[in-house]
Amino acid sequence: MMRAAAALLMLLLQTAALAKGNGHLMHYEADLSNRESLLRGAQLFVNYCLSCHSAAYMRYNRLGRDLEIPEDVLKSNLMFGTDKTGETMTVAMKPQDAEQWFGVGPPDLSVTARARGASWLYTYFLTFYRDPARPTGVNNLIFKDVAMPHVLWELQGWQRPVFGEQKAPDGTVTRAITGLELESPGLLNDAGYRRAVADLVNFLVYLGEPIKLTRHRIGAWVLVYLLGLLIIVYLLKREFWKDVH
Amino acid sequence: MNTVARAVTGFRDWVDARFPLTQLWNDHLARYYAPKNFNFWYFFGSLALFVLVIQIVTGIWLTMNYKPAADSAFASVEYIMRDVEWGWWFRYMHSTGASAFFIVVYLHMYRALLYGSYKEPRELLWIIGMFIYLTLMGEAFFGYLLPWGQMSYWGAQVIISLFGALPWIGDDLALLIRGDFVVSDVTLNRFFSFHVIALPLLLCGLVWAHLLALHEVGSNNPDGVEIKERKGADGVPLDGIPFHPYYTVKDIVGVVVFLIIFCAVVFFAPEMGGYFLEHANFVPADPLKTPEHIAPVWYFTPFYAILRAVPNQLGGVIAMGAATLMFFLLPWLDRSAVKSIRYRGWKFKLALALFTVAFLTLGWLGMQPPTPLYTVIARVGSVVYFLFFLAMPYYTANDSDRPVPDRVRWP
Repeated sequence: MMRAAAALLMLLLQTAALAKGNGHLMHYEADLSNRESLLRGAQLFVNYCLSCHSAAYMRYNRLGRDLEIPEDVLKSNLMFGTDKTGETMTVAMKPQDAEQWFGVGPPDLSVTARARGASWLYTYFLTFYRDPARPTGVNNLIFKDVAMPHVLWELQGWQRPVFGEQKAPDGTVTRAITGLELESPGLLNDAGYRRAVADLVNFLVYLGEPIKLTRHRIGAWVLVYLLGLLIIVYLLKREFWKDVH
Repeated sequence: MNTVARAVTGFRDWVDARFPLTQLWNDHLARYYAPKNFNFWYFFGSLALFVLVIQIVTGIWLTMNYKPAADSAFASVEYIMRDVEWGWWFRYMHSTGASAFFIVVYLHMYRALLYGSYKEPRELLWIIGMFIYLTLMGEAFFGYLLPWGQMSYWGAQVIISLFGALPWIGDDLALLIRGDFVVSDVTLNRFFSFHVIALPLLLCGLVWAHLLALHEVGSNNPDGVEIKERKGADGVPLDGIPFHPYYTVKDIVGVVVFLIIFCAVVFFAPEMGGYFLEHANFVPADPLKTPEHIAPVWYFTPFYAILRAVPNQLGGVIAMGAATLMFFLLPWLDRSAVKSIRYRGWKFKLALALFTVAFLTLGWLGMQPPTPLYTVIARVGSVVYFLFFLAMPYYTANDSDRPVPDRVRWP
């Protein structure tokens, strides 16, 4: 029953997601049950993202508690500044400086996964490509003219666009990017990079809503309780209504 | 009688001599006689009251940690979600409760359409109910600004600008609502005030009046038979049963079933795929960046689709206002002698079916970005919507209604 209800909800969610569809979106379902993946994602996040992007609503010790990281490990592996563990994940870069350097201030990433969705983020990290016309030298398939450089380049390497002819619904043929190919390899191979991106996206989804780890577990007990209560109140109703004819 | 029971009755008599406690209990519960044939559709009145309680209680706790200021509102919501113990639960109960309120109220209103509950002698009951619905729309609108996300901000901007479209007074009225030339900190503060005190007070008062009116005239039922016309020797309607305990125990079953669905959403899908909590609202409000696609939350979308279906802006605003106000006229538009759809002729049944399809279609269209095809469908839907009301005096006056029985049937 509960499983069926959850499945029905998931189905509703998926149709809703499809309705907003974007042809270029690669589908990715975040997996929060994989603690190892979340830990690797956290490592990537603090190494590559947290130097520019903040997660100003997230406390370090919340991360430690949720992912069962001992405080000394948390301090030595995930915190580089002089922050205390009770503080939130802020950056030292001033917003004014950031705007001057990148044209736009790097947004706070606390709830980005909730605004963009896991599939969007997954696609975003996989579709950076070389574009000499851009000041950063890179562009992105799903975020056109993005101001962010390809921070993960040393892991993925560089991709170049493959051009081809694309037919629009009205019959006109244009030259457009039909795919990306690896130009120079990075530290990771394709599968390794995809796994790293999956880890990072899992972590960002967790970051967007830390309670998601627990609310499913609590919810299951709430539903079990309510189903038990339903039997009792139904029997009560039936007992009272016996004398109504 | 033992001492404890004597003390309790003694205390009750003491209170009764000073306050009509037993009388209130009897008038509204123990000796309020409701028809015995209520069906599924009759759960939604008590459920609406239940959701109101959920909203007030969770609202009180949210208010303890929420900050109604442009520079801290968004952050305070995330603070509630992360740092306040069980804050996420209060927040999801409240956000899911908003949508649940509209689902329950729409079903409650639809029940009235099915069984003619707005007809004599329940016109005032219906009109008070419509005022509750309008207040609820205001309450939802003001509350939606509070998280201070992109959709909160731009949704409010769009809706307030609709008032600006009114001739002569428009600009001043929009300025009065915002308290500023754009939606700003000032707007947020006054919306907070409306949301947490002004409209909830009004809502509670109207709900009280709604219940008083209901208990004065008595409940309708799926057969549309007036049970007060057939009373036994004891003066109790033959088809009536005391609300308490019969409907209290029955409504508790309804509440638990509702809670199972409600909690499934709260715990497993609080965003409901972007319908209950819109994705764009997880981006903080930015007055300099208009989102590509601004859509209101689902419960306003039928009216939003009607607004967009009219080519002229002022015309659209008038059509949208008229679409909500039409419901007020129902008691006088309906000329049929029969209340319940069970004994109505094919014309009303067809009209209601078309209206239902039009309402749902408009609701879906209101969420989509407009395309030429959608605009055509929205126009057809709007015409059907208005014809349901405006043509009602004609198709109900000579419908092939069937005779109504004297007594209620099951269920």
